[in-house]
Amino acid sequence: MKAFTTISSRIVPLPIENVDTDQIIPARFLKATTKEGFGENLFRDWRYDASGAPVRDFILNNPLYEGQILVAGKNFGCGSSREHAAWSIADYGFKVVVSSFFADIFRNNALNNGLLPVVVTDAFLQKLLNLDRMDTVTVDLAAQTITIDGTGEQEGFAINGYKKTCLLNGYDDIDYLLSIRPEIETYEQSRK
Amino acid sequence: MGKSLFDKIWDKHVVKSIPDGPEVLYIDCHLIHEVTSPQAFKGIENRGVSLFRPKQILATADHNVPTLNQHLPIKDELSRKQVQMLSDNCARHGVELYGLGHRYQGIVHVIGPELGVTQPGMTMVCGDSHTSTHGAFGAIAFGIGTSEVEMVFASQCLLQSHPKLMRISVEGELSKGVVAKDIILYIIAQLTSGGATGYFVEFAGSAIRALSMEARMTICNMSIEMGARGGMIAPDETTFAYMKGRPFAPQGTEWDRKVAEWKELYSDGDAIFDEEIFIDAAAIEPMITYGTNPGLGIGVTGSVPALDKVPDENEKKVIAKALQYMGLEAGKPLLDMPVQHVFIGSCTNSRIEDLRMVAGVIKGRHKHDGVNVMIVPGSQQVAAQIVEEGLDKVFEAAGFVIRQAGCSACLGMNEDKVPAGEYCVSTSNRNFEGRQGAGARTLLASPLTAAAAALTGKVTDVRELI
Ligand code: SF4
Repeated sequence: MKAFTTISSRIVPLPIENVDTDQIIPARFLKATTKEGFGENLFRDWRYDASGAPVRDFILNNPLYEGQILVAGKNFGCGSSREHAAWSIADYGFKVVVSSFFADIFRNNALNNGLLPVVVTDAFLQKLLNLDRMDTVTVDLAAQTITIDGTGEQEGFAINGYKKTCLLNGYDDIDYLLSIRPEIETYEQSRK
Repeated sequence: MGKSLFDKIWDKHVVKSIPDGPEVLYIDCHLIHEVTSPQAFKGIENRGVSLFRPKQILATADHNVPTLNQHLPIKDELSRKQVQMLSDNCARHGVELYGLGHRYQGIVHVIGPELGVTQPGMTMVCGDSHTSTHGAFGAIAFGIGTSEVEMVFASQCLLQSHPKLMRISVEGELSKGVVAKDIILYIIAQLTSGGATGYFVEFAGSAIRALSMEARMTICNMSIEMGARGGMIAPDETTFAYMKGRPFAPQGTEWDRKVAEWKELYSDGDAIFDEEIFIDAAAIEPMITYGTNPGLGIGVTGSVPALDKVPDENEKKVIAKALQYMGLEAGKPLLDMPVQHVFIGSCTNSRIEDLRMVAGVIKGRHKHDGVNVMIVPGSQQVAAQIVEEGLDKVFEAAGFVIRQAGCSACLGMNEDKVPAGEYCVSTSNRNFEGRQGAGARTLLASPLTAAAAALTGKVTDVRELI
């Protein structure tokens, strides 16, 4: 996993609540056996119509908007456990997803892929969604803050200390778990 | 202070706690399938490590398999490759696989319980959110992502933070025509689709105690649809009676020893929950959803909300968007609305008891001409039992097409899809936009309500038919 650094970027607003994993990446695209290339079909059925033509007013098809920070309505990522949802968002080029509420499994999946879920208050979320498209936002993981650069308005966000260290250093849980295999064996023995 | 059912199991499985971090939780049983495992196998191989405890893993092919002609090679190339890769990976790493054609193959959450693999007091995971189903046996069972599948491959452990605990007590007696699916759709409608996020839910109360194991599985299965990590129910005599004699259940004196252990698995009288909810069973009607998340449900005789009656602005937007997708009018009843498809299947409602329920309604009747009915048993064993009990004759006489075991139109990964714009009364668990096929419109309901719709070709109150 790549280490997470501070991100300053314009945002892509998606003011929709309950964005579920079937919208992020529909099941018919889950047949792949690698993690790459899912970005192409991110939000597939909102982005393209039945004939495959881009839907004009969907935000990802609007050339005026771009950035590494996706800002979405509350209860983002609900539904299935498919990690493909996090892979598609990361593969598309987003580094941060901001919402006022994330579904549990999605949040874990994002963190496991170096994609940072940032929880903000409803009021701050509204501010972000209403920004001018040229405004930039800075997400500083070390300081655990998200700032609207133009106005300096800022909020802190919570993250588990262990996960933060992992992200900042690009470690992953598997390296850690492999390193404690002997302790796990001792635990197994103790249960017999 | 007393302990909750959840904590009795959790505490036994903590290998160690990381300061300012999560706990290392030991996983007794890991279920895998073809869709969410290939990248995890690859990950392990890239690291050059072996699977830590391959004997604690069980695999099946279910999500992406055809439900007709399973003996023939899979036509879709990508699907075929994915299923083949599961076989290759399992063979290479020494994992037991009940693949296509095996008499134990089926939807992963149907086969675990029916084989006796799922047991009280266990920790269980699977790369599928409906792993919560297994909680019906008094296990801590939850869905994980593919990175986490890889973690369990590597160490039989996961890093997990202790969730908040919620208890939902359903007290009293259910009325006629109301079954487990209605209870859970009712609860989700009350709590909303995000209402239990961050919680593990224990279902309790006299109405839950009175349910069969199949019905309890339906309830725990859908606990994820209100955002919960999982749901669980304390094991009791109903649980033990269901498990006894199943292929992987303990036998002989080991069985007695285990049952004595399992009897300790309940929430102590003074256990504390972060949240307690009480539901009156008698208030529940047969339920149906009208929207695009499982929380947007109403009693079958009720009306879709009138938008000016929805106080919350955001909620109003959510409902308006859902109604637009569903082609429904605010404020109008759903009763008598024509439907073109009925899907009876999925890990929520494809067990033998569900199919018996359907057969009970349709016996001696014929489906409506305008409806395409798909009935997909949850496993090969369920399929065999249908024949043994003669239910296949009932279904065939009614004009239902019985397919072979798999997830099928629950997620529309194979060819079992609902065409754009058409309505499907479905016994599955998700009514998201496009879940059953791009543009498909799903109305979630119980097997009874689905059977009624199959007979009349429209949304029907099953109480008028039974
Ligand atoms: S039946 Fe549906 S919900 Fe259940 S495991 Fe299969 S795809 Fe998931």
